[in-house]
Amino acid sequence: MGQETMTGAELVLRALVDQGVEVIFGYPGGAVLPLYDELFKQNRLRHILVRHEQAAVHAAEGYARSTGKVGVVLVTSGPGATNAVTGLLDALCDSVPVVCLTGQVPTHLIGNDAFQEADTTGITRPCTKHNYLVKDVNQVAHVVHEAFYVARTGRPGPVVVDLPKDILVSKGIYVGPAKVKHKSYRPQVKGDLGAIGEAVALMAAAKQPIFYVGGGVVNSGPAASQLLSQLVHMTGFPCTQTLMGLGGFPGSDPLSLGMLGMHGTYEANMAMHGCDLMICVGARFDDRVTGRINAFSPNSTKIHIDIDPSSVNKNVAVDLAIIGDVAHVLEDMIKVWKARQLHVNDKDLAAWWVKIKQWQGKDCLHYVQNGKLIKPQYAIERLYQLTKDRDTYITTEVGQHQMWAAQFYKFETPGRWLTSGGLGTMGYGLPAAMGVQIAHPDSLVIDIAGEASIQMNIQEMATLAQYHLPVKVFILNNQYMGMVRQWQELLHGARYSESHSVSLPDFVKLADAFGAVGLKADKVDELDDVIAQMIASDRSVIVDCRVDPAENCFPMIPSGAAHNEMLLGPKDETGGVVSEDGMVLV
Amino acid sequence: MVSQPQEILRHTVAILVDNEAGVLARVIGLFSGRGYNIESLTVAEVDTREQLSRITIVTSGTLMVIEQIKAQLRRLVPVHKVSDLTIEGPSVSRELALVKVAGTGERRVESLRIADIFRARAVDSTNDSFVFEIVGATDKLDAFIHLMEPLGLVDVSRTGVVAIARGPNPI
Ligand SMILES: Cc1ncc(C[n+]2csc(CCOP(=O)(O)OP(=O)(O)O)c2C)c(N)n1
Ligand SMILES: [Mg+2]
Repeated sequence: MGQETMTGAELVLRALVDQGVEVIFGYPGGAVLPLYDELFKQNRLRHILVRHEQAAVHAAEGYARSTGKVGVVLVTSGPGATNAVTGLLDALCDSVPVVCLTGQVPTHLIGNDAFQEADTTGITRPCTKHNYLVKDVNQVAHVVHEAFYVARTGRPGPVVVDLPKDILVSKGIYVGPAKVKHKSYRPQVKGDLGAIGEAVALMAAAKQPIFYVGGGVVNSGPAASQLLSQLVHMTGFPCTQTLMGLGGFPGSDPLSLGMLGMHGTYEANMAMHGCDLMICVGARFDDRVTGRINAFSPNSTKIHIDIDPSSVNKNVAVDLAIIGDVAHVLEDMIKVWKARQLHVNDKDLAAWWVKIKQWQGKDCLHYVQNGKLIKPQYAIERLYQLTKDRDTYITTEVGQHQMWAAQFYKFETPGRWLTSGGLGTMGYGLPAAMGVQIAHPDSLVIDIAGEASIQMNIQEMATLAQYHLPVKVFILNNQYMGMVRQWQELLHGARYSESHSVSLPDFVKLADAFGAVGLKADKVDELDDVIAQMIASDRSVIVDCRVDPAENCFPMIPSGAAHNEMLLGPKDETGGVVSEDGMVLV
Repeated sequence: MVSQPQEILRHTVAILVDNEAGVLARVIGLFSGRGYNIESLTVAEVDTREQLSRITIVTSGTLMVIEQIKAQLRRLVPVHKVSDLTIEGPSVSRELALVKVAGTGERRVESLRIADIFRARAVDSTNDSFVFEIVGATDKLDAFIHLMEPLGLVDVSRTGVVAIARGPNPI
């Protein structure tokens, strides 16, 4: 029996269907017309037409992070591919599984500076986990399956498959996913039992321990969060989360110290500084977390659990590394702990909690809501109170509003909080929310935005309209690129160079123009009502929430400072807080 | 052997990779993108059936950086194996150079005499030039080239280091 042949475009779609794909975020163009033609002829794959390719990737990220599946993107050659680059790097930095199919000029024109030609594999090599240029139609199915395997296996990430147009129209043979096995890529998922034994022994002996947990817990899947919660409760150790780790451990759990790092809580950072045992679970000692590296947690023994060996000893030398998937490793830790009938140091641990309670007593997130002007922190607190008992997903843009959201919105389960952590991409939140809403049509999906960031992908309001996606955009409008303004205030003599949001659109009218509902909250007593209206609407909504333009985000570890050198509030804003070394840091 | 954390070490790393388009760019891009050093790099296919190439890189950095380089290399999808020949037991390494020396008279005779001492072979000769082929450790090649300088050295082409572990086992 001869093998069935089909065109490259058919092969691609068949492979996507066999990978369980349901949705593609894309934008057409000359090089991918054969794929769009095949999409037209079928109804198993849903295509969501974005308004900019960057948004397609962020939407796929939102879809992936809220479902645990691989997000899929389809863009054309040249400008389509280059527009997707920011999204790809964003997904790489935050370990989000995405497969991005890019069109390419026909193979015989590659290298000739053909119309809409870009060296896509060259450009995206450092922005992807892996990429492919397919030059043989018989490899199409194989490469697509392999791309999905690579994207979701080990530390997840984006994979680009570049498809020349002649490959899409010529005929080749299909292979199913079961027949495709990568030659060598097999990340280690089970942790070394010897190391796990050592780790639990260290935990039983610890006097001032802390769990420091990151996005790896979220990426590993819901089981990892449950196991983490179990282990933390078995030990009674405090647990702090990174920006990416929020929701990996329940935010309102009494053992949670909240977020750590540059805008983390005082108690989390002081506990990190003073601990004698740090158990890092799926986090990567990134500079936003560690502060000045040579002053980072000077007296602790450090255990690092990570699926990516290159994350170990990259910034901070650790004492014990356990390479493996977080869920597997935590499961084994719990087993070994129980089997050995280990106990924590009750007395020392109680004394440690007394110290921590003292730090918590500083009430570092304190702010004063007086007068009619809405404080941004208050707006987030109200938003939290009014939405926390619903089926809610929160995305953000980048800036002060993002940090306030991280500080004041508590997440009890993983996958509900989507933010651009590693790359800090303004313009992430709206398209990401779109991707979440596609995957969860009946959920409440809110993009907590800044008035500057939202303008970076505002065109996606049209996509919301086209697909009737009731995403809510909640803008904390402080009329500044607030985070830039804050740094200028602290580090550059309050010279607010180009950080004023001038000529802002009327967001209410803008919402109307896009077929959405526009709401505005100017004064404190309007806030709850506006939020309630936003929630009640079955359409997409933009809320222009006018907040205090002068408010700064505290606490803060200034650049180049250590965890125990936090600024707690405006009163700490003395001159010269940042060293010369700190001035060069981002 | 205990090394100081900040001491700069030189390591020879062998990498077995799929011989596919872009793989060398991936490896080199990793070094340039992350600011690692490449002192020499060689690459060629070593297994035609499995389509595997072997890359040998001589690099330098602190111990932490060298470990990071190896971990980053292992993270690349087409990389099968990374072996640090400097620390994983004894190994041999060799480099080949072609060295062109132009001159006549006494300088020409002297270059031949030195080549003989270094076991370099003349693989091309004209009335007023030689091309010597020399194989050996990097410092032997350095010494030879240095001695040729006053004798009319005009051109050098070196392969970079290739290396392999001693004993019966593969990489
Ligand atoms: C694409 C991009 N460009 C520039 C920046 C630098 N940046 C970080 S925060 C910020 C200001 C954001 O302003 P806004 O969205 O109003 O948020 P706010 O800080 O006021 O809450 C800027 C410009 C960035 N993160 N991303
Ligand atoms: Mg702003």
